[in-house]
Amino acid sequence: MNPFRYVKATSPADALARMGRNPGARFVAGGTTLLDLMKLGVETPDVLIDINHLGLDGITEDRHGLHIGAHVSNTDLAEHDSVKKKWPVMSQAILAGASTQLRNMATVGGNLLQGNRCGYFRDVAMPCNRRDPGTGCGALGEQPGVEGINRYCAVLGTSPSCIAAHPSDMCVALVAVDAKVKISSPAFDRLERAEDFFRLPGDTPQIQTRLGPDELITGIELPELPAGARSMYLKVRDRTSYAYALTSAAVVLTLDAKGRIDHARVALGGVGSVPWRSHEAENALLSSPPTEEAFRAAAEAAFAGAVPYQYNGFKIALGQDTLVRVLNELVRPGAGERP
Amino acid sequence: MDNPEIGQPDETADVAVPVTLTVNGRRHDLMLDPRVTLLDALRNYLGFTGTKKGCDQGQCGACTVLVADRRIDSCLTLAVMNQDVPIVTIEGLGAPESLHPIQKAFIEHDGFQCGYCTSGQIMSAVALLEHEKPPASDTEIRERMSGNLCRCGAYPGIVEAIRCVRDAARNPVAGEAA
Repeated sequence: MNPFRYVKATSPADALARMGRNPGARFVAGGTTLLDLMKLGVETPDVLIDINHLGLDGITEDRHGLHIGAHVSNTDLAEHDSVKKKWPVMSQAILAGASTQLRNMATVGGNLLQGNRCGYFRDVAMPCNRRDPGTGCGALGEQPGVEGINRYCAVLGTSPSCIAAHPSDMCVALVAVDAKVKISSPAFDRLERAEDFFRLPGDTPQIQTRLGPDELITGIELPELPAGARSMYLKVRDRTSYAYALTSAAVVLTLDAKGRIDHARVALGGVGSVPWRSHEAENALLSSPPTEEAFRAAAEAAFAGAVPYQYNGFKIALGQDTLVRVLNELVRPGAGERP
Repeated sequence: MDNPEIGQPDETADVAVPVTLTVNGRRHDLMLDPRVTLLDALRNYLGFTGTKKGCDQGQCGACTVLVADRRIDSCLTLAVMNQDVPIVTIEGLGAPESLHPIQKAFIEHDGFQCGYCTSGQIMSAVALLEHEKPPASDTEIRERMSGNLCRCGAYPGIVEAIRCVRDAARNPVAGEAA
């Protein structure tokens, strides 16, 4: 690790003042991503601002929904009674990620900023436009005779600069429930929809979110889901537990009196450069009866624009099946189970 | 404000800072480079070498300790970030002549082979059974212990040890009979 100066902030305003406009300063909360990247030499801050003591660790509920401090741990959010009852998709997504140890350390604010887990990003000897703009994308395998290892990469939202998949489970659920991110800067506070918070790589993959360099995430707001909403998160991975998603789906759904789908929000994980909201799937589902055919059509629509790379083409079929299974589970619990 | 030069790089960054850690009920005053992880502070500066360094990147769980009764990976946090909170390591659980029930159960049920992951496994199991909602099934034990890898593959014994301690706590008489 590079040497750095450690300072402890005492309030959000103090944290922002200490950050100032120093591009070499980093906030540290849970540290589970930042310290890992510092050991690898990917992150080399000269100042580390500890934001674990800003008083942002509460969860409160009112008629608008749930207000979650940025420093609430993943464990506390997943185990919160209201979250389990009213936003089960959130609880399921968080518990599908990492291990208990890491969920105890990791914060919801940090989860929004966890960047990506692409092996090329994490290895400073490898080309990566996200880490070092202009060096190329190792995962694409652009150099003659050098393969790109891209089995974990995205098939939606990629660009010639970067094909990494967004690794978060929680953020997929945040997009599905239309959460808002609370952001503070020295000048003002603002709310950003979770869906808009993440930036597609385009030709500036090094800029991953809409959080400014002088801004701090102070919390997340979960709006009440529509009356009668069912929600669920399902993750498919290489092993039963403690692995990043190959594919995942978070869905919030309501049925009208005639049993037709009158509200659907669909977000996909493991397949997109960002937590991927699928308007195409939602449009295909709206006003449809909740049948296998309708679900299959929605899943096909979701991946109509998918671009597979050498080793990750399987994610298209797997991602479709994941979404169909969640939809089946939501309308016929148990129906999605395979014998 | 202890730092007038807010946001400015500091030439003296590699100078040690005072760090107070409370480990197994005892307070320790140290001078540490801020880069020292909690894991390295425990092992290299305080001699609590029961806590192991496996992957050093939060993937194996060998470094699991309790901080404020929660299990964490001590390799992914800085010592300086863990002041004013009680830290418990494997040394704080039991002694050879008075083992913690989970330590005893790991021996009885063959919960280890080489032993390198064992202190992390045991710290995780202690948190699971004493500070979290008890696991209802073997599947749940496996899921909630998935942050602790065992390359010898002692998993069946680990699950058995945890199940038995859980059952003994639920029903002390039956637990003793078993």
